[in-house]
Amino acid sequence: MQSKPIALTILDILSVISLGVATYFALVFAPTELFMGQVQRVFYFHVGTAWVGMLGFILAAIAGIIYLINKDMRWDRFEVAAVEISTMFFFITIVLGSIWARPAWNTWWTWDPRLTTAAITELIYIAYFMLRAGIEDPEKRARFGAVYTLLGGISVPITFMVIRLFRTIHPVVIGNESAAAQGGFSMSGDMVTAMLVSFAAFTIIFIDLMWHRIRIGGLQDKVEELKLKVSM
Amino acid sequence: METYPDTSSYMVAGYIVSFLTMGIYVLSMYIRNRNLKRDLETLEDMDTNKKK
Repeated sequence: MQSKPIALTILDILSVISLGVATYFALVFAPTELFMGQVQRVFYFHVGTAWVGMLGFILAAIAGIIYLINKDMRWDRFEVAAVEISTMFFFITIVLGSIWARPAWNTWWTWDPRLTTAAITELIYIAYFMLRAGIEDPEKRARFGAVYTLLGGISVPITFMVIRLFRTIHPVVIGNESAAAQGGFSMSGDMVTAMLVSFAAFTIIFIDLMWHRIRIGGLQDKVEELKLKVSM
Repeated sequence: METYPDTSSYMVAGYIVSFLTMGIYVLSMYIRNRNLKRDLETLEDMDTNKKK
């Protein structure tokens, strides 16, 4: 059994520290937004989790392509880890968006293009695990999973671009503002700093969780192999 | 003095959900890891006994 690498322990500590720093920047360092008040502070975790959510889905699609080329199960483990962690982070993104929308738009949910595409993306990746759970043969499961993440990955650029291409009430904070957006705000220097700290912190946490999840995937494969060996 | 709309309860709810979700996920990873290590030890023992 492999012992935990020292670099992973360091990364664990770094992740906890960076989460604390990101929370401090979001709750204390960033100024209070004039029109929305304190609820605007969820924005920093909203964009941070959205970033790692989308990053993981794209990485999973890339891992899927590599698996289809070289059939190396390590890329399947990488793909599963990326999808699982990103699904969790993207869930936080959606919930935080909904909490922000209640005072900003006076509703928890509306079928706006961004909200709809984000919900579809999340559902696509929840279905990924249902698909995998239904296939027993590891190679077939990996092959189907790879093709699925490749196709599912298309939903990511669509979700990202939809507020820039269509009329939507979701604000575009990075880049050009949408004319129809409600609850949009122009960020001050301190707000941008808090957002960048959040991006960095969630990236570190994502890498740390990925490493742990890939190790768990390795253990799962070993257990499956031994089960087969013992049962024969 | 500037006055802001009181939306702090939403902010608190948002951060509780964030930390709770991440906490549950990390806990699930810990439990899965622990269970897999146990399974592996048991299976390795079974494999060794089988060879004997």
